[in-house]
Amino acid sequence: MKSFQSNLIILLLILMLGVLGAFFVYPQGLGAKILPWHLGLDVAGGTTLVYRVDLSQVSPSDYNSVMSGLQNVIERRINLYGVTEPNVSIASQNGQYELLVELPGIQNLKQAVDQIGATPVLDFRLAETNSTSTSATSTYTYVQTGITGRYITGASLNFDQFNRPVVDFQLDPQGSTIFQNLTSQNVSKPLCVFVDGNLVFPNNPAGSCPIINEAISGGQAQISGNGITQTVAEELVSRFNAGALSAPITLVNQKTVSASAAADSLRNILLAGLIGTGLVLLFMLLYYRLFGLFADLALIIYIVFSLSVFKLMPMFTMTLSGIAGFILSIGMAVDANILIFERTKEEIKKGLQRGMAIEEGFKRAWPSIRDSNTSTIITSFILYAFTSEFVRGFAFTLGIGVLISMFSAIFVTRTILKVFLRQ
Amino acid sequence: MKINVIGHRKIFLIIALALIVLSLVSIAVFRFRLGVDFAGGTVWDVSVPSATPLGVKNALEQAGAKNPVVAYDQITKSYSITLPQISEDERSSYLDALKGKFGSGVVSEDFWSLSPSVSASLESRAIVAVILVLAGISLFVAYAFRRVSRPVSSWKYGFITLLTLLHDVVIPAGVYAALGHFFGLTADSNFIIAILVIMGFSVHDTIVVFDRTRENLGKAKGKIDLPEIVNESVNETMHRSINTSLSLALVLLALYFWGPGSLKFFALTLLIGIVAGTYSSIFVASPLLVLSNKETGKK
Repeated sequence: MKSFQSNLIILLLILMLGVLGAFFVYPQGLGAKILPWHLGLDVAGGTTLVYRVDLSQVSPSDYNSVMSGLQNVIERRINLYGVTEPNVSIASQNGQYELLVELPGIQNLKQAVDQIGATPVLDFRLAETNSTSTSATSTYTYVQTGITGRYITGASLNFDQFNRPVVDFQLDPQGSTIFQNLTSQNVSKPLCVFVDGNLVFPNNPAGSCPIINEAISGGQAQISGNGITQTVAEELVSRFNAGALSAPITLVNQKTVSASAAADSLRNILLAGLIGTGLVLLFMLLYYRLFGLFADLALIIYIVFSLSVFKLMPMFTMTLSGIAGFILSIGMAVDANILIFERTKEEIKKGLQRGMAIEEGFKRAWPSIRDSNTSTIITSFILYAFTSEFVRGFAFTLGIGVLISMFSAIFVTRTILKVFLRQ
Repeated sequence: MKINVIGHRKIFLIIALALIVLSLVSIAVFRFRLGVDFAGGTVWDVSVPSATPLGVKNALEQAGAKNPVVAYDQITKSYSITLPQISEDERSSYLDALKGKFGSGVVSEDFWSLSPSVSASLESRAIVAVILVLAGISLFVAYAFRRVSRPVSSWKYGFITLLTLLHDVVIPAGVYAALGHFFGLTADSNFIIAILVIMGFSVHDTIVVFDRTRENLGKAKGKIDLPEIVNESVNETMHRSINTSLSLALVLLALYFWGPGSLKFFALTLLIGIVAGTYSSIFVASPLLVLSNKETGKK
């Protein structure tokens, strides 16, 4: 009787976890408060942009830093634009680097695409007085310094002790070295900011361009002075932060799912999933009666457990194809129970008593269960590893679903049977 | 109830062969039209109140669109526009042109534009995935039938399993080609996934039947009556085959009737593959097993 007691405890534990899991995965209420589902844009609505990055001008050792630089710049540009929960991620396949930009619920896509794709070249130039000029308004020639936006890691608007606006900005180590050389050689000369070859403030450079006061080392610099009004400072900060793209990008894949179409898709696939699950539960109950009831309980526990696992996975996004894969796995999950029950029935026919027949059924059905799931897992794994982003969700939920179903159909069903059918 | 699968094997095999030939003809005649994900270009759904496909097409051409193909989509109640790859600037200018002609009720719904370079790499990755799944499943079949058995040698089980796999894949592909011709379906990623999932399912269904055959052959004492034992094994595993397929078919039917429009034909392709897979594991695989042994026995 000890084994009955321990089985009962295990079953109660499973049921308790199942109830907790059900609250956890339910898309509203407590579960949503603890950890909301992260939905893909195909069921939430929004635009996915894929940019191919041309790294031909970049040495391979810099690929990672250039890519993360690009990612930062594009994130900052989108944030300037004010999209809720944007996501920018890096994908690489066969040496081809791509940036995946996800924009949920966007109103004016054209502006956002222009904003992201804009390739402003930001650089600093020295203003040299044209000494040969004799006219009253002195002309300047601008000398490029090699300091471009790619060396700027951040900028902020601050105020000095007299409450005048100042712009603080930081340079990366490489930029710091160039900047130090530049400033030490050109003290008291004006240093101007150019965007796309245009002087940001096309006034008299002597007035509006910051003057280099001293050699600046360590990559921390400050722009201050009479020309730096609040407006000028704000403009500079936003230009610095928007940064320049460190490698050219091309939009190669643009996909928009309208909010209404996404909502329809989500509603329909959830409805189909519920109806499909209901039909499977009914079929098992009608065909296998009491055994079917136990298999149904195991199937419901399977659904709750695997949804909990998906939700707990870091970075997991539920997409339309992901839900489809999971629904498919629900249809496949009862296969193990069908194999076991059919075998058990045969053993009973051969004259074995029920308890023994169930044991035999589990034992003899195992190789078939293992084999039949292996081929689906092989397919899922290859689909996950070798296809595109859009297929991965399907392969992932199907593969993981099938793995978990082996546990639920065998371990959970067996425990239930042991508790309820003791002889 | 016991079905004499082996006794009537000729009928069952002829049906299978006829279906395969029909499907191959369908594929050869109708061909597959590649989806945007494999061919590149643009598909764009726009709701345009009180318009005709021709009107939309003309408006787009006036706005400078190259060779637009416009069709009315019954499911989404919008116009589905197919174009070469276009930029966001072009999309918004075409949208403005449509709004100018048909009023402000014009709404841009789903939009997908893919560069030919990406679609080419998606296509090659899909081909790699198909080859790898075929290789993986063949290896798995070889592993499943690794033990030497008598009186049918192991490699025959494996070879027949792969033959039934072909049957199960060609039939849904043939139906899909015909559907593509009549309903404007394109062969896209979803189609490839459906075919790959069918492969996995088909193989394990056949393996379960053959496993039982080998188990029963091992238990048999004295003179082995192969057709009898094979028939016995098929009948023993028939309930399982049908019930497993039925439970999967139930969720697929639910997906087909209630699921989102974009997955309807995915569910249908899978459904056809699952039915073909069940048929072949019961009525094709075992008869072929008996047949193959007979012929080598004569030699």
